[in-house]
Amino acid sequence: MNPISFLTQMIRIAIPYLFAASGGVVAERAGIVSLTLEGFMLSGAFAAVLGTNYSGSPWVGVLTGILGGLIFALIHAVATIRYRADQVVVGVAINLLAIGVTRFFLKLFFASSSNSPRVAGFGGNINAAGFDNPLLWLGLLVAPVMAFVIYRTPFGLRVRAAGEHPDAAESVGVSVKRVRYAAVALSGILAGLGGVYLALDQHQFTDQMTAGRGFIAISAVIFGRWDPIRAALACLLFAAAETLQIQLQGSNAIASQFIEMIPYALTIVALAGVVGRAVPPAALGKVED
Amino acid sequence: MTASSAAVAPKTISSAPWRERAEEALIPPLVALLVALICGDLLILSYGQSPATVYRLLLEGTWGNAYGFGQVLYKATTLAFTGLAVSFGLRAGLFNIGAESQLAAGGFAAALTGLALPMGTPLILALPVCMIAAGLAGGAVGSVPAYLKTRFGAHEVIVTIMLNFIVLALLNWFIAGHLHVPETLHTPEIHAGVLPRLADIDSRFHGSAANLALIVAALVAVAVWFYLFRSRGGYDLRAVGLQPQAAEYGGISVGRVWMRALTFSGVIAGMGGINYVLGYKHYYEDGFASGAGFLGIAVALVGRNHPFGVLIAAFFFATLSQGGLAIHAFVPKQMMDVLQGVVILAVAMAVPEVRRVLRGARRRVDA
Repeated sequence: MNPISFLTQMIRIAIPYLFAASGGVVAERAGIVSLTLEGFMLSGAFAAVLGTNYSGSPWVGVLTGILGGLIFALIHAVATIRYRADQVVVGVAINLLAIGVTRFFLKLFFASSSNSPRVAGFGGNINAAGFDNPLLWLGLLVAPVMAFVIYRTPFGLRVRAAGEHPDAAESVGVSVKRVRYAAVALSGILAGLGGVYLALDQHQFTDQMTAGRGFIAISAVIFGRWDPIRAALACLLFAAAETLQIQLQGSNAIASQFIEMIPYALTIVALAGVVGRAVPPAALGKVED
Repeated sequence: MTASSAAVAPKTISSAPWRERAEEALIPPLVALLVALICGDLLILSYGQSPATVYRLLLEGTWGNAYGFGQVLYKATTLAFTGLAVSFGLRAGLFNIGAESQLAAGGFAAALTGLALPMGTPLILALPVCMIAAGLAGGAVGSVPAYLKTRFGAHEVIVTIMLNFIVLALLNWFIAGHLHVPETLHTPEIHAGVLPRLADIDSRFHGSAANLALIVAALVAVAVWFYLFRSRGGYDLRAVGLQPQAAEYGGISVGRVWMRALTFSGVIAGMGGINYVLGYKHYYEDGFASGAGFLGIAVALVGRNHPFGVLIAAFFFATLSQGGLAIHAFVPKQMMDVLQGVVILAVAMAVPEVRRVLRGARRRVDA
């Protein structure tokens, strides 16, 4: 196994996770359950392909992709914050809605039930192995930036307060609702970018192309104990396992299904507290009247 | 019922809470239906078709002929099992998102049992044996989040989601690697336990997959109703769901109730595997449960967690799903995927809102 090719492949696999997990960390630290990342990614991916297809420019695709993630995030925010709907139920609904809407639009815009036509993307130089894609570099930077935002800025302080002690935050004049709206919107933008990267990297949209990546990102958030840097490391770990699976294919060393299980099994282990318990933000998922 | 008429006719003590509960239970699904119809109109118009024509086709293709109706009943059967499973957990305040993998595990166990039984085993024997196997498999999957929740406080939502992926990967490994008929992803056909189809009783249902599992689903709904509302254990379970601390002070072991609720939720979902395996294909196929678990959440929500409400909601979602096929020539069937999401979202938003509005109105009336 070539270590350089292993590393580059691992990073390319990790980028969508890194975007989505950063989004998940922000929303959950603000107290809103992020089972929606899968749906945000899927809508971002589709919107990116739509924008790129009609404009011919992947940069327009990035903008429309962000918009796609943002629209679903705002639906999520209005339902859970304004209408105080159950966050888990809304999460399920958003994911089903994203699958449905992207399928319907795939038919409407591209007259296909499986995939879009090929669209432009970034880079493409074989020798660069994907590293001539600006989104890849953005993906590598997003976790440190989010760590700075969460721990070193007033906004980050408010996000953490909204997730741990919303009543205390309200009592010192912070609008918890507004902070949560902002955090969910940010999670939609970031997870949407994860979808954008995925779609533009493959130069097309295919039905349900996120294939559970949003849930891997959730795993990373929990396994990383709601910390942006640790969540990013979890993303890299999960991506490494996946790369290993791809590179071992055909050698029959370990059945691929068992490597697929790794992120999920580790998350359960982390939640059960076998090696240092993962404790969620105190107000996560709670609806106050 | 409006606030003004309630003010004119003073409500009696016995009827008022019942009516209030009925209002709170029925208004959200009706609001959701209305929202879904409007969204449906927009989607149909965006495709340049007439909503009236498409809705007529939808009704004709589902309730309007025996084959379509049979297909609706078949799809409703699986959704009834997963919906009952989710609502059973929710009555105890627990969210089982694992119905998908529990259903798959149940179907897998039913198929293996049907294969292991000798050829010609009478149905009266084979059905209970296969159902027990299916229930045990589903219950085994359900007991994992139950144990982790009770023992370590691990949140059942995340554990059941993660377990879905693990169990489905494991089943895929069994099938793809070991138990499949060559060139397919399914097991050989079972030797015993094949359920009669509706078409065997009434030939008009010819070609539809509806089968005796439908009756089993209805019986399970009755059993769940009896347990929840007419037994001591069900009373404890609902008490824990409403207020765990109060239940604990009242002498109920919350941990034991959680354990029972999530495990039996898994048992119910697992038994749903018989509809596909014993009733339709007569083998286990990889991915047969796909989507039924998440829709079970929708069914439980729209059915307002009442066993009989769940049956109605299962019928409704099955109609949407079959209706997609009926209208496909005019509007893509994917429209129904959108509407499913819209219905869940609308109910989720309407439930707390309707409760607040109704209670606000009542307070004004009482004041």
